[in-house]
Amino acid sequence: MLSHGMKQTGNISIDHLSSVLFAILNPWVAVGILLLLAFFASYMNALSWADLTYVLPATSLGYVLLALVAKFALHEHVSPLRWMGIALISGGVGFVAGGPALTSHDHHLAHESDSPAFRSSAVVEAASGEAKS
Amino acid sequence: MKHVYTWGAILAVALASVVGDILLARAMKQVGDVHALWRRSGLGSVIVRVLTNPTFFLGVTAMAAAFFSLLFALSWGDVSLVGPAAASLTFIGNAFAAKIFLHEKVDRRRWIAALLVAAGVALVAG
Repeated sequence: MLSHGMKQTGNISIDHLSSVLFAILNPWVAVGILLLLAFFASYMNALSWADLTYVLPATSLGYVLLALVAKFALHEHVSPLRWMGIALISGGVGFVAGGPALTSHDHHLAHESDSPAFRSSAVVEAASGEAKS
Repeated sequence: MKHVYTWGAILAVALASVVGDILLARAMKQVGDVHALWRRSGLGSVIVRVLTNPTFFLGVTAMAAAFFSLLFALSWGDVSLVGPAAASLTFIGNAFAAKIFLHEKVDRRRWIAALLVAAGVALVAG
């Protein structure tokens, strides 16, 4: 969500860069950087409780949102090939969302966190992972 | 010759992003569940814990390297080739690296997801 906002701002700022004077550039860039920081913070937050191979497909939903924004807000033409790409990404995200969020149970990583919530969820996920395999 | 430079730079981008992602993911696993930590000891301590984690800084450094390799790649190749190629390779590379270095269980479901998303990104960004 935030990454698409960032990208949208990025696009707009590039647009202004070529057409408008340099001074107007700054607020857009500031907003872009703030959104980028917000994206990074949420990304780090997600990585703190979920697998990398779970978080990455989920963040790629940003591409889908970007295409939808381009279509409905900016009235750009979205080619059939791109719609196919959107379908593929959505399918991939659906696939990964159906599985467990955390599968790594490397103890030297897990015991760094002494929060009970973290532990119990790790144990549950590990157990469900075991049951599957 | 230009092709070699472009693809070399694309590989460098993908490699640096994969290294960065792996290091950042490891750093955040070391920090622990941010939400639980925040509730227990406040936002300040979360920030301190993240910023004092050496792995986090290595990860950010790798991400910066990826960014500059991307600029380098864009100076050689078209954005319509460099963007999707680097993004797709990063996805596939991350699935391998997460399995090897983070001991994540990348099962068939996740492999399919990684391949679908990589193909989708290539189509959307291309």
